[in-house]
Amino acid sequence: MSDSHGAYFIPEPSKWPIVGTLALFVSFSGGAMMLNGSGPGTVVFGLGMAALIYMFAGWFADVIGESLKGVYSDQVDISFRWGMGWFILSEVMFFAAFFGALYYARVLSVPWLSGEGSGLATNTFLWPDFEASWPLNVMPDTSNFAVFEETIPAFGVPALNTALLLASGVTVTLAHHALKKGHRSSLCWWLAATVALGFIFVGFQAQEYMHAYSDLNLTMNSGIYGSTFFMLTGFHGFHVTMGATMLLVVLVRSMKGHFSAEHHFAFEGVAWYWHFVDVVWLGLFIFVYWI
Amino acid sequence: MFVKKLRNYIVCAAVSLSALWSTSASAEYALNLTKGVTPISREVYDLHMIILYVVTAIGVAVFAVMFWSILHHRKSKGAVAAQFHHSTVAELTWTIIPVLILVVMAIPATKTLIKMEETTSPDMTIKVTGYQWKWKYDYMDEDISFFSSLNEESNKIRKGESETNVMDHENYLLDVDNHVVVPVKKKIRILTTAADVIHAWWVPALGWKRDAIPGFINDNWTYIEEPGIYRGQCAELCGRDHGFMPIVVEAVTEPEYLAWVEKMKTQPVEINPEKLYATHCSTCHQANGQGLPGAFPALAGSPIAIGPAAAHIDIVLNGKPGTAMLAYGPQLSNEELAAIITYERNAWGNDVGDVVTPEDVQAAR
Amino acid sequence: MSEAVSHEEHHDDHDHKPSGIGRWLFSTNHKDIGTMYLIFSLIMFFIGGAMAMVIRLELFQPGLQYVDPQFFNSMTTVHALVMIFGAVMPAGVGLANWMIPIMIGAPDMALPRMNNMSFWILPFAFTLLLSTFFMEGGAPAGGWTMYPPLVGQLGDGFPFLIFAVHFLGISSIMGAINIIATVFNMRAPGMTFMKLPLFVWTWIITAFLLIASLPVLAGAVTMLLTDKFFGTSFFIAAGGGDPVMFQHIFWFFGHPEVYILILPAFGIVSQILPTFARKPLFGYESMVYATASIAFLSFFVWAHHMFTVGMPLTGELFFMYATMSIAVPTGVKIFNWVATMWRGSMTFETPMLFSIAFVVLFSIGGFTGLMMAITPVDFQYHDTYFIVAHFHYVLVTGAVFALFAAVYFWIPKWTGNMYDESLGKLHFWLSTISVNVLFFPQHFLGLAGMPRRIPDYSIQFAEWNQISSIGGFVFGVSQLILVWVVIKCVRGGEKATDQVWEGAEGLEWTLPSPPPFHSFTVPPQISDASAH
Ligand code: HEA
Ligand code: HEA
Ligand code: HEC
Ligand code: CUA
Ligand SMILES: [Cu+2]
Repeated sequence: MSDSHGAYFIPEPSKWPIVGTLALFVSFSGGAMMLNGSGPGTVVFGLGMAALIYMFAGWFADVIGESLKGVYSDQVDISFRWGMGWFILSEVMFFAAFFGALYYARVLSVPWLSGEGSGLATNTFLWPDFEASWPLNVMPDTSNFAVFEETIPAFGVPALNTALLLASGVTVTLAHHALKKGHRSSLCWWLAATVALGFIFVGFQAQEYMHAYSDLNLTMNSGIYGSTFFMLTGFHGFHVTMGATMLLVVLVRSMKGHFSAEHHFAFEGVAWYWHFVDVVWLGLFIFVYWI
Repeated sequence: MFVKKLRNYIVCAAVSLSALWSTSASAEYALNLTKGVTPISREVYDLHMIILYVVTAIGVAVFAVMFWSILHHRKSKGAVAAQFHHSTVAELTWTIIPVLILVVMAIPATKTLIKMEETTSPDMTIKVTGYQWKWKYDYMDEDISFFSSLNEESNKIRKGESETNVMDHENYLLDVDNHVVVPVKKKIRILTTAADVIHAWWVPALGWKRDAIPGFINDNWTYIEEPGIYRGQCAELCGRDHGFMPIVVEAVTEPEYLAWVEKMKTQPVEINPEKLYATHCSTCHQANGQGLPGAFPALAGSPIAIGPAAAHIDIVLNGKPGTAMLAYGPQLSNEELAAIITYERNAWGNDVGDVVTPEDVQAAR
Repeated sequence: MSEAVSHEEHHDDHDHKPSGIGRWLFSTNHKDIGTMYLIFSLIMFFIGGAMAMVIRLELFQPGLQYVDPQFFNSMTTVHALVMIFGAVMPAGVGLANWMIPIMIGAPDMALPRMNNMSFWILPFAFTLLLSTFFMEGGAPAGGWTMYPPLVGQLGDGFPFLIFAVHFLGISSIMGAINIIATVFNMRAPGMTFMKLPLFVWTWIITAFLLIASLPVLAGAVTMLLTDKFFGTSFFIAAGGGDPVMFQHIFWFFGHPEVYILILPAFGIVSQILPTFARKPLFGYESMVYATASIAFLSFFVWAHHMFTVGMPLTGELFFMYATMSIAVPTGVKIFNWVATMWRGSMTFETPMLFSIAFVVLFSIGGFTGLMMAITPVDFQYHDTYFIVAHFHYVLVTGAVFALFAAVYFWIPKWTGNMYDESLGKLHFWLSTISVNVLFFPQHFLGLAGMPRRIPDYSIQFAEWNQISSIGGFVFGVSQLILVWVVIKCVRGGEKATDQVWEGAEGLEWTLPSPPPFHSFTVPPQISDASAH
């Protein structure tokens, strides 16, 4: 518990939450219409997304304004920390679902389909020629799936990407040290390096996807391997993009001198998020690409 | 229609009242789990009774203490509140005793479970495949294979097409066209799988149910001791007519079973287009070909059913992935498919007039 | 608690409330948001209940009478989704919003704007869900468990279902984060963890469960979505996936979810029983540990919902033992409640009556739960009305009864007026009797072999279904009394004192009834002597 029990900052009524809710509602409706191939789905979805961006910009502008006015006591800062911390845990659990799916497929369902465990009847009667392998390029029934020749090897671009992300973890920490010492320009440089590393990562990832789709015939439709591969790396890539964007915002704010050596929760929150994205990647690198 | 409903109400009310007063009529008026007709089902029943007694005893004890205190420790009786709020001994006691009870309970449960999972060395094997909404039985050692679906009378009653009152149809919804005939006193292995969505094969008298999962096969076994007819139902939500895919197992003596096998093998395959349509297609597209708007398209006047035959053959052979329209290629023979398709193209006002031959179907495979 | 000082009286002139619709739309006030949650959940309870009435009506007698089987399945499915995600969870969060800040001496929730968004998402998420009734292919009809491949046969409603679940998940996660931040960071000085009221404790633990389990559900339904629209094959055997995999992931969420529904109820009952027994809660610490153990264990029992899918023997045994073990900490709670009542000085106002009924009827539901944990026997029980009876005992006479108790317990504090005690008692007795007529016979039906999720049944099940339906109608109508009590109480009545109940203890009872719009803007000081 914090000792500074001054008056806790309770914001005035704000329109942003309801704007955000409506924006999400419109986006979801539009997305669903798009998937059904019905109605003006794309337009609705686009409107929702625009509203979402408007909401984020407005809400964060308010928060930044309040922060600069100094209404955030230490206790408010701690609330933000708890909030961000548990939000990251929820993200961890989201990825856990997909890692769970990967584990289940590799260790349970694919071997079972090939007759291991008590799966003998399954194999003999339903999928007589099926043999388990990982990466699973020959599915039990290939007719509806994209069969691929090879996968993306771990020690190529993925290893490079690992190095990039690890390096970005270091640079963001160096930036933090600089911030705590009050060296604004070195803070900005390290942050800029982090952002650059993040976007380079995303660029490489995009290139790998194109390679997989056009050269390897490895797609979302490549059975359970393609499913888990693209789902895990895809959501991760999405998170990297989000993280890098947030870092970019923090960079701009650093350049404007929004952060003091003592007060810089926004920076720290994003840095935590960045480390989380980093750790998830290590999991991916090991379990998706490597072993 | 209204009069019929009203009569139903009166019959129902009368039956339930009489049932309430005559607890002796317990045979048809089951309150408890069935004992079943296999050694396993009886073990399961015993386990059920043990755990039921255990929890009832605990419940009676706990609630008795509570109600005693409610009666005696009330303010209106002048009770003065004690102020104790903790006792390590008591708390440990009521942690440890339940643990012991549970351990004792787990032992027989484990034993039975191990026996149930022991599916090796059966005398015969039947593969059961769930379809929306019928069952297919393959006798793996005999080369016998047939579908089994809700019998006509029940089907008519539920659709309101029959004059019979529900209450007068003894096995309403528990009757099928083709029984699964099995011999008694044989270890029968039952493999379950499904073609479309998950179903579950359940005959209470055998003491277990097992999911039928598309793309996977589960195995299980049974050993029926008494001849008889045992009824069950699909026990996993499988769509619109989940409530209407019963199971009837007919256990017979060994000689009777052999005679049945002989009959099944020599029976000529009869091709009756209307009947085939009724068994395989009418649950969705309806007997009158009108389908159910919003869920199943009408075939009467459907662009596919009156258009080029190739598209028609294609959708029936290969189905439409992601919808309830299944691939019938693996289920039915070329002859059967040709008959059904021809029928569809010329019934309910569809008058294409062409005839699809088994060869056409074969060519499209 | 006598030392706890409230500073409210000194500056209620600052008690300015925003006015008009903006007060509710833009609210950052925990009491207003709590009120909105509670009203919303009551509305959803009636919507879900109306669907239950359709179910009971169709099952009143054999034969298909009123609705198409597909629509019946939609009723079952949406009834469950509405009740769980629309009625019980929001009611719990609503109570948390109202009570936690004033129980721990905080000025508000830690993150008030986010709090507003957590609430407002709900009506929009249910708009997405309920709009599917008007779409081609109808509303979701594959059960609230959304098992593939069946769920994939849904028509245009499918992506709306998935997105509604995502949306609800976002709301719950934000709500949970807020509760954790509030309790960890906003306690008044001296309010140590071991002095927290049990309701607050159960809510922190519930919030952890929410954060750990809801994202998993989000992942599971995302996979359903990509399987249908983007060519993945997570749940398709032909591509190497497995429909059962969905069930594992779903229940990894689903089992903790049922404790998300019941733990706040445990908290409520732990507040009410000591109040009306005028005696401290027995075994406060073991209550905390028991709650935490239940939450922890709940992550290792999920496959007891899937005993019949054909798991390997070792898996079946593991999940059987793990499930049985949950009875131990739950038992500790039950015994502690009984010990709390023992040698108390009890009175039986409506909240107390509902709490006592909770203890008995929840236990009955727990006992049947334990019976189903015995794997070989669950092969018989699974997917029958025995299960339906089990979970309605824990959900309706468990969670919902505790929520009723909470409303009667705290409504004088919320409105400043006492509710009508005789109407409350009438509501209690009618509900308690009818709910047993409604759900007890379902045990018999299940044992006799009636599967769940069927719109029609064979005639041997006719009698008990009819009785059950009659119980259902009476129970449904009885709930109108609750609405009447609430409206009457809001509009006026005997003025409530600050303490309201003679035996009530805790910070919330030191505030005026109703509490000022902003309470504890200056934190109260909690002395070491004060108990929980
Ligand atoms: C609030 C919700 C809630 C709660 C608290 C519980 C509590 C429990 N549930 Fe329940 N359950 C559901 C909601 C809940 N359940 C729902 C919704 C479903 C169906 C989902 C679906 O399929 O749609 C379900 C289904 C379900 C199944 C699956 C059945 C099947 O589909 O085949 C099982 C199986 O083990 C189970 C077990 C248990 C157990 C062991 C407990 C235990 O926590 C109970 C512990 C309590 C006690 C045991 C009573 C008090 C204890 C004592 C007095 C101590 C001494 C007692 C002994 C030593 C015996 N539940
Ligand atoms: C918290 C959760 C919750 C709650 C509160 C309830 C409350 C009720 N439930 Fe529900 N139920 C579930 C959760 C819940 N249920 C779940 C998870 C399932 C499984 C779904 C699945 O299989 O996928 C289920 C399934 C389920 C079934 C099985 C359906 C089937 O398998 O096909 C039945 C059948 O009787 C039923 C009945 C009822 C009834 C009568 C109530 C009553 O308590 C409701 C009482 C409330 C009201 C009635 C509303 C108030 C009154 C009015 C609207 C006034 C008008 C009144 C009249 C016209 C009489 N429920
Ligand atoms: C379980 C339900 C079900 C059964 C049984 C079923 N169908 Fe279908 N059928 C469907 C559905 C759903 C569609 C619509 C598919 C789509 O979305 O295009 C369909 C589409 C069709 C069409 C195309 C109609 C059109 O105009 O689009 C034909 C032809 C057809 N089915 C023939 C058959 C035949 C022949 C059988 C039996 C051998 C059969 N169906 C059994 C559900 C079923
Ligand atoms: Cu088949 Cu339910
Ligand atoms: Cu469970």
